[in-house]
Order: sequence, then C-alpha cells, then structure tokens
Amino acid sequence: MTDHTLTHKKPRRPVFLRRGPMEALAVAIIALGFLMLFQPFVLVLYTYSFITLLAGTVMFTIVSKFPE
Amino acid sequence: MTASHDTFSEKMADAAIRATPEPLAVRVRGLSDRAIAWLFIAPTIVLLLAINIFPLFWAIYLSFTNFRANRPNAVVQNVGLGNYSRILNDPDIWASMQTTAHFVFWTIVLQTLIGFALAYLIDRKFRGHAFWTTLILIPMMLSPAVVGNFWRFLYEPQIGLFAYAVSFVSGIPTSDIQMLGNVHLAPWAIIIVDTWMWTPYVMLICLAGLRSIPDYIYEAAEVDRASPWRQFWSITVPMALPFIMLAVLFRGIENFKMFDMVNLLTGGGPGSTTEVASIALKRDAFEAWATGRSSAFAIVLFVAVFGLANIYVKALNKVKQR
Repeated sequence: MTDHTLTHKKPRRPVFLRRGPMEALAVAIIALGFLMLFQPFVLVLYTYSFITLLAGTVMFTIVSKFPE
Repeated sequence: MTASHDTFSEKMADAAIRATPEPLAVRVRGLSDRAIAWLFIAPTIVLLLAINIFPLFWAIYLSFTNFRANRPNAVVQNVGLGNYSRILNDPDIWASMQTTAHFVFWTIVLQTLIGFALAYLIDRKFRGHAFWTTLILIPMMLSPAVVGNFWRFLYEPQIGLFAYAVSFVSGIPTSDIQMLGNVHLAPWAIIIVDTWMWTPYVMLICLAGLRSIPDYIYEAAEVDRASPWRQFWSITVPMALPFIMLAVLFRGIENFKMFDMVNLLTGGGPGSTTEVASIALKRDAFEAWATGRSSAFAIVLFVAVFGLANIYVKALNKVKQR
C-alpha cells in the first residue's frame, strides 16, 4: 500500500514554479522598490526604484496565477 | 353568413398579429444565458474601457513622447525612456516623493490610531452613541473644497480659531502661529486637516470589524479569567486586524493621490515644503505643459500604488486565513 502510494506521488515543482515562495519574493522586491522610491538618502536608489517596483509588480501579477 | 364572418375574423386576427410588435422574449429566444448576461454587462464594460483603461494606455503611450498639450499641432516625437530618465534623476521630484511619504505615513498612523480608538469607544454602546456617531461622521461628508476653505480661516494667525486656541493653551502670541506660512508647520497643518476629515472613515471600517466579533468569544475569555488588557490584545486586535488593514490600504492609496486639500490650503508652499507628488505632477502638466514627462511621472506613481496594493492584498489574505 505504501509502495503504491509512493509510486503515484506527484513530483514536487521546482522552487521558481511554486506560488508561495515566488509571491513572497515578488512582495520583497516591491517593498524594496517602495523604500528606494521614498527614501531621502541616496539619489541613485531613487533612480533605480521604478524598475525595481515594476519588476516586482509584474512578477507578482504572473506568479499569483501559479497553482497553489 | 357564418362563413363570411369567419373569413372576416381570420383577416382581422392576421392584421392584429402583423401589427403587434414581436416581443423581446421571442427575438432573444435564440440567445444563450451567457450571451444575455454579456448584453447586460457590455455597456458597463464599454464605459470602463473608455473612462479607465483607454486613458491609462494613452498615458503610457504619451510617456514615451515629447507631446505638449498646449501645442496639439506640433509634431510628436518618440523620446524613448527619456521622460522616465528625467523624472527619476530630478532632485525636485525626489523631494516631492519624500514630502508625499511624510504626509502618507503620518496621516495613516494618526487616522488609524484615532479611528480605532473612536470605534472602540463607540462600540461600547453608551447612552446617545448614535448621536455621537453621526456627529463624528460629519467631517467625512463635507466636500474637500469646503474643508480646505474653512480650515484656511481656522488657521488664520489674526482671526483664526485654531491660532487662538493654541495661543490660549501655550501663551504664544497668535501672530506667531503661522500654520500655513511656516515651513516647519505647514506639512503638519495639512496632516491635521486630513486626519480631521478622514478619521471618521477609518472609524467606520474599524467599527464594522469590532461589531463582527461574536460576544461568545469574550464570554469564553471571561470564563478563563482573561484580563480586559489580554482580551484586547488576544481577541479584539487580531479579529479586527483585516478591517484595520483594509482601512490603511484605502487611506494609503487615497493619500498618495492627495491633491485638492493641499492645493487649497498651501498650493505646495511655502517654497516647496508641502509640494506632494500630485502637486508637482500638476505643475509639470499644466504649468510647464510637459504632458509627456508628466505622463511618465503619473505612471511611476501608478506603479508604486499598484505595487503597494498587491502587498496589502497578499497581507490581507494571509490575515484572513488565520
């Protein structure tokens, strides 16, 4: 019985196709972009904030469609 | 006689059938339920596309051009990422982002704390709580134009009630209390007005959250001899948290776009101390007439708010799953 169950067990998806970790990564990138956009210390961080935010937002939109 | 009467009746019936318009049900008989549903929602979708989606895509297109709205006949050239590069390397726009962040942070903190405290008090259901709820909700019902104008009068150093009250408490002469003219006080003047106006909104959402907590949970906690302090932190706050987060999300998005109140109270001044992003955007679009550049600025703000909303929706789902 155990052998039967083991043979039919679905292979685990790779990390970059799993919704949970990828969503967490996208949220982290958005948060980083957000902090870069509004921080008052370094102009270069502000310059690259938009691309960071955009990358995070696009990534979140895509990975949130992945199955659980 | 009977035969001719029958013929006449048949002719009349035929004429009546031909004259009667075909009922809608017969005409749409061939349509599926799905098609009829699409027919009903199509006007809304068309309106949404025309009012929301088309302007968004048009702004994205304009953000890559040198289009100027005051020169509609001039040749429009593609400037690539030039507008974005200028926006993201401009120290003045960077400063306006910091002003926005300061405004959004403090308004959200104050509105959430005061709004939740008011909701907690109103939820006690004391005598006359309905009257007080209505009274507290009044600022939210006023137009921002009205609020901006009468707070200008309240902030007047010579005749304003606010300056008089502060002077009465602190002993500082009223002429020294320049809420809208002082570079250090002007940002706080706007925060005070926004908090005064929108705290009732946060209170309403928090009140809905508090009213949704079943009484039996508190009763069980009392049986277990949990202190009111423990009940507040272990029951009230966790169960009202999704509502609080929703209020923070709504106010956060709204305050990023804050324009009318700031424009009426200070117009971005003194200097540029209260020049939030939307005021800078308006100056770029309608004073400098750099429509392409201001479109790029608007897209940067849109992506920031959209990203923030994504984070919040994820956090909200996580809290609701607990």
